[in-house]
Amino acid sequence: MRGQALAIALVIASGIAMLVMSQATLESLRETRARLYSDYRLSHVWANVKRAPNSSAARIAELGGVNAVEARLRTAGKLRLPDFGDSIEAAVLSASEAGESGQNRLYLRSGRLLDAQADDEILVSDAFAQAHRLRPGARITLTVAGHSEVFTVVGVVASPEFLYQIKPGAMFPDYERYAIVWLNRRALEAALDMHGAFNELVLRLAPGASESDVIAAVDRQLERFGGRGAYGRGIQLSARFLDEEFRQLATMTKLFPTIFLAVAAFLLNVVFTRLIGIQRDQVAVLKAFGYHTRDVVLHYALLVVLICLLGAAIGLAGGIWLGKALAALYQLNFRFPFLDFSLSPGVALLGIGLTMIAALAGAGYAVFRAAGEPVAEAMRPPAPERYVKTRLERLWFARHAAQTTRMVLRQLERRPFKALLTIVGLALAGAIMMMAQLQLNAINYMTDMQYRLAQQQDMTATFTELASRDALGELRGLPGVRRVEGFRAVPVRLRRENHSVQTMIEGLPGDGVLRRPVDVDLRPVPMPASGLLINDFLAQRLGVVVGDRLWVEVLDGELQRFEIPVAQLTREYMGVQAYMELDALNDRLGDGDVLSGASLTVDEDSRAAVARALDKRPRVAGSELRLAAIDAVYKTISQMTDTFTWVAVIMGGVINFGVIYNSARIALAERGRELASLRVLGFTQGEVSYVLLGEQAVLVLLSIPLSFVAGYGLSWFLATNMQSDLYRVPVHVPPGAYAFAALVTIVSALLSALAVRRRIAGLDMIAVLKTRE
Amino acid sequence: MIADEATPTSRDDVIFRAEGLTKTYRMGDVEVQALRGVDLQLYRGEFVVLLGPSGSGKSTLLNILGGLDVPTSGSVWYHGEDITRANDTQLTQFRREHVGFVFQFYNLIPSLTARENVAIVTEIAEKPLAPEAALTLVGLGARFDHFPSQLSGGEQQRVAIARAIAKRPVVMLCDEPTGALDSATGVQVLQALEQANRDLQTTTVVITHNADIARMADRVLTMANGRIVEERRNTARISAAELRW
Repeated sequence: MRGQALAIALVIASGIAMLVMSQATLESLRETRARLYSDYRLSHVWANVKRAPNSSAARIAELGGVNAVEARLRTAGKLRLPDFGDSIEAAVLSASEAGESGQNRLYLRSGRLLDAQADDEILVSDAFAQAHRLRPGARITLTVAGHSEVFTVVGVVASPEFLYQIKPGAMFPDYERYAIVWLNRRALEAALDMHGAFNELVLRLAPGASESDVIAAVDRQLERFGGRGAYGRGIQLSARFLDEEFRQLATMTKLFPTIFLAVAAFLLNVVFTRLIGIQRDQVAVLKAFGYHTRDVVLHYALLVVLICLLGAAIGLAGGIWLGKALAALYQLNFRFPFLDFSLSPGVALLGIGLTMIAALAGAGYAVFRAAGEPVAEAMRPPAPERYVKTRLERLWFARHAAQTTRMVLRQLERRPFKALLTIVGLALAGAIMMMAQLQLNAINYMTDMQYRLAQQQDMTATFTELASRDALGELRGLPGVRRVEGFRAVPVRLRRENHSVQTMIEGLPGDGVLRRPVDVDLRPVPMPASGLLINDFLAQRLGVVVGDRLWVEVLDGELQRFEIPVAQLTREYMGVQAYMELDALNDRLGDGDVLSGASLTVDEDSRAAVARALDKRPRVAGSELRLAAIDAVYKTISQMTDTFTWVAVIMGGVINFGVIYNSARIALAERGRELASLRVLGFTQGEVSYVLLGEQAVLVLLSIPLSFVAGYGLSWFLATNMQSDLYRVPVHVPPGAYAFAALVTIVSALLSALAVRRRIAGLDMIAVLKTRE
Repeated sequence: MIADEATPTSRDDVIFRAEGLTKTYRMGDVEVQALRGVDLQLYRGEFVVLLGPSGSGKSTLLNILGGLDVPTSGSVWYHGEDITRANDTQLTQFRREHVGFVFQFYNLIPSLTARENVAIVTEIAEKPLAPEAALTLVGLGARFDHFPSQLSGGEQQRVAIARAIAKRPVVMLCDEPTGALDSATGVQVLQALEQANRDLQTTTVVITHNADIARMADRVLTMANGRIVEERRNTARISAAELRW
């Protein structure tokens, strides 16, 4: 009984640990985020503008619903470090001068904040500093608006605005090649020639104020200065990413423990029902001695509770430990400067309570049934079980099967419900393992699509401002460059009736080959000569189909509006992009034949040199090496997803083992007499094992295809619940995931077979001859 | 009356020879001496009844002869081979090829029909009887396809006997085969044993409390306190059909 009790306890422990781990991670992250946002005063609304006088900020401060306003400068820059060849893009901000009462207060990780008088000091974001081991005192070169200057790092900071430090448009963060830096406003004013003006406004709302009303009012105020549309936390990149990540985590937090606990509860119910079924004679003996039914029930309840508590204790301890580890990992990923570990006891207690109820229900049913029989009746072993020939035996193979095979088939067919429950339990455990791998597989698939199919370029260069087509010739002249294609990215708001989405339209050349959106069958989609190409998710968000017309509000420079039909749909797992033929886009905007960047293919040997050459060009804001981007993607994925995946896979394995081992052990207990009789008749241990394990093997084999179906279903469910503007998780279950789930199931089955086989060797042949069936 | 055909005459007819068998069980802190020095020979084709009160060591002796248990000391030779030195695989093979067992509680496989309960043994035997022939021999020609739950106690025990004889064992070891049956049914079962002993020349050892049954034996051994205390040879066997108790 010890091995079985432990196996059951481990299953409970897995369920509880999963629940506690997920819950603790989510709760801790939410608590920490809430504290960061409130203590470090994250803004509620951001507004970008081309150039607005400081006086306009004062007017906005007086708008109803606005609590505080800060005007600041923000621009894109390039950083250079002595020992790092790749180009580094940076968001450059003017540091708040409001001190403690300011918005988006910086959390100082090391060093100090800027000296208000010093123009050569810089603060750098923690992730970037860590990636390059930058410490206060380090010197870095910053290029802003074509002007390079050397700065001294005085502090490494975290900001509630940039918890998730990701470059706009990127899929995953790349801390080596993207930084956020803060300068004194005076220094940045000089570099951008923005004296007395600002280009970004951040504001906090008064309690109860309507965000959309304030945004509309701010947009009206800034329109004449080249406002690019104000937005709230729901759109702000870091806040939005965190929202999405938390939402996905919340989905997994609900889904995984629910399945784990459901399987555990199911298993407990079955195991205890059968376990006590075997002990009915002991129940009868206790009753014969004068124990009341309730005493007997109490006795077994205590046993059940003890096993549950053991499992719950292991699960709780393991869950807290894993939760801390996982939350710490997420903390790293989200760059939370601290983590408030938090676990509300209610959830853990609920989980423990549910497993206990399931176990007690199973045990209670069996005990009451045993206790309900007249004592003498129960002390006698049950009458021989009734059997019939099975339907399977009409098949040829079964008619010619050995008697031992017949025993297996009849056992299975006599209790089809029991067999089905075992199969379902096993299938769910296998399905959990497939589902756990969904993220990892899906992300691999997404990056593959994004980078190998839709984007064939080796490098991307972004210009600081719109450039004429001549710029391409210049790039083509660089040694090693083989192909250059220009593009133009325009920030827009797309509207259709009451739906609106803020995004980018990318203008791509009609004859281009490097950037090619792909359709659902992964075939490149030709760029329509006119009209808009949008991805399926955006179409769904806007409620449009091909042929519908959309309003486009340009959020760059002068506010322009135009209406355009949707020409074609494409499939993308990331973002909500829209595409147009480059010339058609330029025609619409009417500002000439211009580009905002270029895609390049470059000989492998020349890539570093081209990157350096681009870096030196003042009008190139940044260049991105495609392989570096892919590397970054994989690094990030492996850090976070692996942990969760492996925890889920291991626990799935534990459940799998628990189901099979208990099923085999109970079968052994129920059929020990029969098997010992076969041993007496001269059957070898192997032949007897076949009778017992053959039944388990059939159940295991039948469970595997079912686990594939269930695994795909759960993956689909998870993917559907995880889709967002930022990315959709494709339901991509590669053959390896099926194979893995099947393999773990089979290995668990073999391990429990080995464990049970040892017990078959120890069957007491003499004892069974002395007892009546 | 049946003629005394099976009386042994020469050493070649010795199938089992046991010498100085002792068996001590540990039951918790208590030591139980089940056998205290048993010497015994069994001959080809004879019908032996082993009498004695509960706890006298009958079953222990039978289990050791059948290769289900090993003695604490002493040896058992089967056709000159010391089976007390055999390992589990050899003992399994020994039971499989040479021994037929019949037990008080039948020990049939509930999921198999009468025919299949016999077939499960004939499938692994070398020159077995057909299952149907074995069942017909014990008078169950009409019950081939019944499951144990559909058979009476006597019928179940006769299936067990058919199962034991179907592989044509050299020796049949029966532990209280009529213990769970009423008198009339018990007689039917004994008739089946008698017929197998006569038709197949199978050495048959029957353990019983019932002194009446001893009248159908060639030889009667009485055990008490772990020893054989009396051995007598029936000058004339009576047929099982004549037994009443």
